[in-house]
Amino acid sequence: MATPSAAVPQASSIPKRRFGGDEVAYGITLLFSLSILAITVLLVYELWQHSALTRDKFGLGFIGSKLWNPVTSQFGALPFIYGTVITSILALLISVPLGVGAAIYLSELATSKVSNTLTFLVELLAAVPSVIFGLLAIFTVIPLMRDYIEPAIQSIAGFLPLFSGRIGAGAGYLTAGAILAIMTFPYIISVSREALMAVPREQREAALALGATKWESTWDAVLPFARLGIMGSVFLALARALGETMAVTMVIGNDRVIHTSLFAPGYTIAAVIANEFAEAEGNMHLSALIELGLVLFALTMVINGLAQLLIIVTTKKGSAKG
Amino acid sequence: MKKSVVMGLTVLPALFAVSAMGAQTINAAGATFPAPIYQKWFAEYKTAHPDVQINYQPIGSSGGIRQLIEGTIDFGASDMPVADDQLKQMKVRTLHFPTVMGAIVLTYNVPGVTGALKLTPEAISGIYLGTIAKWDDAAIKGANPGVKLPSKEIEVVHRSDGSGTTFVFADYLSKISADWKSKAGTNASPSWPVGLGGKGNDGVAGLVKQTPNSIGYVELFYALQNKMAFADIKNAAGKFVTPSLEGVTAAAAGSKDLPEDFRGSINNAPGAASYPISTFTYLLIPTEYKDATKAAAIKGFLTWMLTTGQKDAQGLSYAPLPKNLVAKVQKQLAQIK
Repeated sequence: MATPSAAVPQASSIPKRRFGGDEVAYGITLLFSLSILAITVLLVYELWQHSALTRDKFGLGFIGSKLWNPVTSQFGALPFIYGTVITSILALLISVPLGVGAAIYLSELATSKVSNTLTFLVELLAAVPSVIFGLLAIFTVIPLMRDYIEPAIQSIAGFLPLFSGRIGAGAGYLTAGAILAIMTFPYIISVSREALMAVPREQREAALALGATKWESTWDAVLPFARLGIMGSVFLALARALGETMAVTMVIGNDRVIHTSLFAPGYTIAAVIANEFAEAEGNMHLSALIELGLVLFALTMVINGLAQLLIIVTTKKGSAKG
Repeated sequence: MKKSVVMGLTVLPALFAVSAMGAQTINAAGATFPAPIYQKWFAEYKTAHPDVQINYQPIGSSGGIRQLIEGTIDFGASDMPVADDQLKQMKVRTLHFPTVMGAIVLTYNVPGVTGALKLTPEAISGIYLGTIAKWDDAAIKGANPGVKLPSKEIEVVHRSDGSGTTFVFADYLSKISADWKSKAGTNASPSWPVGLGGKGNDGVAGLVKQTPNSIGYVELFYALQNKMAFADIKNAAGKFVTPSLEGVTAAAAGSKDLPEDFRGSINNAPGAASYPISTFTYLLIPTEYKDATKAAAIKGFLTWMLTTGQKDAQGLSYAPLPKNLVAKVQKQLAQIK
């Protein structure tokens, strides 16, 4: 009963300030967030509209066809879809173990001085433009792959069709995967490290109190706790790998044929759009390139959807276990 | 400085008209290959004629043609002649004005080979079709007696981005090889039977430099500026010719069956001195302008370009047009209104 009377003098001064402020902020921020939706819808609409020619002519066959020949106006997306998926998978196969391992070291094992210095370098690496990575790849990674790494892989696993092809110039799926791994690595480290650092101290202390070693506490108590964040870093890396254009174009060899061998040249969706859009001859070719953009958009959606599903499944398992 | 040359020509009344109307801004876009000389020309012309400002955007030949069809620019530029169906889409009848010429050279990186390689048309088409797989193939060996060629597989490099350079090279291959014509065809992005794609001249050059036993094609001026090795090529007269600007001018002068609208290729031209992989690059000029002063300004520039402007070509590693051709091109000026 005493409180209302105490609140009266304040209440008379507040209404003026309260009036409108919240509603305006609500309205403006809502508008800002709606713009995300608007941009996405507009993007899909534009891609859909401008790819009408090839959608009408090839239908779903566009996705399944291996032939891409602007001379005869035959367009199929399969070699590019294959290249995009395979290089991204290769990249993650290399960068996830490396990145998560490095993040564990930085957050759990290193002294704070070492950790801060290395983290600064990692963040610097994440900001390097991709064309720089492309140059690095042409002058360093390609010769390295051609002269040492690929022959070594072939001598060990050459019985597999994936590693049995001619090594040739060194530009191809595997080299593109390697350069994508280098590019996605900083993302994984930096986001995973944040996730690991956010794990409550008590979690570690409890594990250690139960007699766990430092590594057991990290592996069994800290990592499962940070699983969501680590997954998030992997998806961020995947998104970057799927859409990366410049560096991949410079090292993949840009060949429109699907090769079984990972040493052979290939092509990705982003690379073919970058290569052919400026000089596309005729409306069919343009339409096909725009439809490829639509395919890349859909591919990203599907893979992200699968990723979300994976998170849901694994977190359920994790909570049941923990 | 060189005003006197222009003054003597038909532009005189046009110039007065332009200055009376104040500054005239003209927008153009298209080919990237001639962009350096176009930028130079437009800047020089502006110094001599301060009231004519020509803006040029090097967005690529196909982009230039598309923008011209849409009517967003005053004239276009292309390394390849406009196809019939695209020419029909133009709202106004459009002329091709050859400006300068360029050549395409085959550059290679074969360990152990120091002098210039000699390549026959059969060897070039065989390499790019994939039927000649090794450097010591008889077709290459036969033309290069005394050169030690390795028994290594040829790493073929081509452009991955659609380009006028590729169009010209594919057109050359179509002219010398029926197989190429039926399997790959003449296009800025043909379907390559073999090889790796590099983006741009620098992409191809980078791959060739980095890959032993490789071969690729780049524009002559790029190869000259970067001091790259390039092959002598056997021309239609059966002579091996070292790529040079003189060889290109000779090819244009030797092309007797060039059509009236200049939409022909000078690839594989007759004549002992002709370099066989050569090309025009064009300005695409509509015949009608709504604004008479704009038409006059463009005509003024074209007249200057065909005379005084040609002297700038060699300094920038482009081949100037041969004299007999300049006279023919000038006749087109009267059609612009």
